[in-house]
Amino acid sequence: MQPLLQVQNIRKTYGARIGCTDVSFDLYPGEVMGIVGESGSGKSTLLSCLAGHAQPDTGAVIFDGRDTVTMAEPERRMLARTDWAYVHQNPRDGLRMGVSAGGNVGERLMAVGARNYGTIRDTATDWLGRVEINADRIDDRPSQFSGGMQQRLQIARNLVTGPRLVFMDEPTGGLDVSVQARLLDLLRGLVRRMGLSAIIVTHDLAVVRLLADRLMVMKGGHVVEQGLTDQVLDDPQHAYTQLLVSSVLQV
Amino acid sequence: MNAPQKNTTEYNFAYLDEDTKRMIRRALLKAVAIPGYQVPFASREMPMPYGWGTGGVQVTAACLTPDDVLKVIDQGADDTTNAVSIRKFFQRTADVDVTERTADATIIQTRHRIPEAALTEGQILVFQVPIPEPLRFLEPRETETRKMHELEEYGLMHVKLYEDIAKHGQIATAYAYPVKVEGRYVMDPSPIPKFDNPKLSDNPALMLFGAGREQRIYALPPHTKVASLDFEDHPFEASKANHNCDICGAGDTYLDEVITDDRGSRMFVCSDTDHCRTRQEA
Ligand SMILES: Nc1ncnc2c1ncn2[C@@H]1O[C@H](COP(=O)(O)OP(=O)(O)OP(=O)(O)O)[C@@H](O)[C@H]1O
Ligand SMILES: [Mg+2]
Ligand SMILES: [Zn+2]
Repeated sequence: MQPLLQVQNIRKTYGARIGCTDVSFDLYPGEVMGIVGESGSGKSTLLSCLAGHAQPDTGAVIFDGRDTVTMAEPERRMLARTDWAYVHQNPRDGLRMGVSAGGNVGERLMAVGARNYGTIRDTATDWLGRVEINADRIDDRPSQFSGGMQQRLQIARNLVTGPRLVFMDEPTGGLDVSVQARLLDLLRGLVRRMGLSAIIVTHDLAVVRLLADRLMVMKGGHVVEQGLTDQVLDDPQHAYTQLLVSSVLQV
Repeated sequence: MNAPQKNTTEYNFAYLDEDTKRMIRRALLKAVAIPGYQVPFASREMPMPYGWGTGGVQVTAACLTPDDVLKVIDQGADDTTNAVSIRKFFQRTADVDVTERTADATIIQTRHRIPEAALTEGQILVFQVPIPEPLRFLEPRETETRKMHELEEYGLMHVKLYEDIAKHGQIATAYAYPVKVEGRYVMDPSPIPKFDNPKLSDNPALMLFGAGREQRIYALPPHTKVASLDFEDHPFEASKANHNCDICGAGDTYLDEVITDDRGSRMFVCSDTDHCRTRQEA
């Protein structure tokens, strides 16, 4: 099987400071990769480079055979609204707060040419259902939603066009623990059912346990360990990973 | 060279100096070459407030020649304060002939309407534009809207129409209804009623749009194809009040509702006063 995404030697610096460096991995269709590490370890920087939000200093990000670092911007933006999806930590960054829930979900459909109002609305209704938002909230604005609902709406808005690769930066970040658990369940169901490939950045080892097939541990911009999630968590090799795992077990 | 000159002390012809007019004409040429594309220009201070259509006034000033016949309308009427002031301004600064008759005018500056009478080749219609960016409503970032135009990412325009239907059961946008020009640029036609939208397409006249505060000029050359955005199941309709004009009886013109006394009596009259009068005289 061909990898869906090939990440080769990605490096991104901010002046003299390293954002991330020497990052390489392959992601296969249907695979979920978790990225963990302490604050400032370079997780978001890496994700931005992979998703085309930031330009890496060196390296290649090959999606489906095409290098997204060197491709022309129109092509990259087209990918961003068709094959890719990006779920922001703060739903405000990923939603249009002045647009109804239905309009938020419908936007990607309209962006790729949907021009039938009835069909767009039916699809939006269906997707609200899939993320457990009642159909009668379709005309409400996100500002009338709870944090958990906003995050689920953001997910629906991203998945509606059936992307192949989803980037998520701390998708459960700002939420209460009970809300987090429900969102995780939902995400797991969607990822498995749609056969999505995903890259999920998180502080939370519970998130990777539940969602990630593979795990990458970052520190100071470097990848210090990567492997199958269970292997890395149950038998961490690197001292830093051991610390990370043990500190979680103490919680 | 030493001969005494008249009228040179106060104003240059049509108020603006020749360098400024040249700069505006360059912007206009570019705008005509790329129909529907917003061309930046260095808008000048005009001796009137922004809300009065300084963008349109600058475009008119840059197009005007001594032989032109100027008509100025505001919401279809020649006799509102705004229209009268702009007309007087050009009479004083350019000494051009003015008219209220659409057919006699070579340049028509307008706010919020396209005349009912069919325009002809050689006529120029100058629109006053408050907000030139049709995507502004949903995307406030100028860098982003520019990119969206460049890459033809116009899904957002339909989000706006979607919201309309979701809220009102139909596309309720009645003014400044967005259009697509020659299958390429999405454009704000200025706050004309959507009733006027069909007149934008394939019109023999040259249409120029000037936004003073926002410093943008755009254009529709004669016979440009202009399509109003819509959905398959909610097609565009050039709607108007379901009445005839109570003065001239026209059934195919855009009407203003006028309250005629303090008991709430009302009547419908053509918003295009010249058109209504021409029909009465006929
Ligand atoms: N825009 C920026 N300008 C300068 N330095 C930056 C910028 N963004 C990140 N950095 C630096 O790059 C390094 C990696 O930051 P990054 O945000 O990728 O970490 P992170 O792992 O996502 O952290 P967190 O868990 O707190 O979100 C840090 O040293 C950070 O200070
Ligand atoms: Mg981060
Ligand atoms: Zn009439």
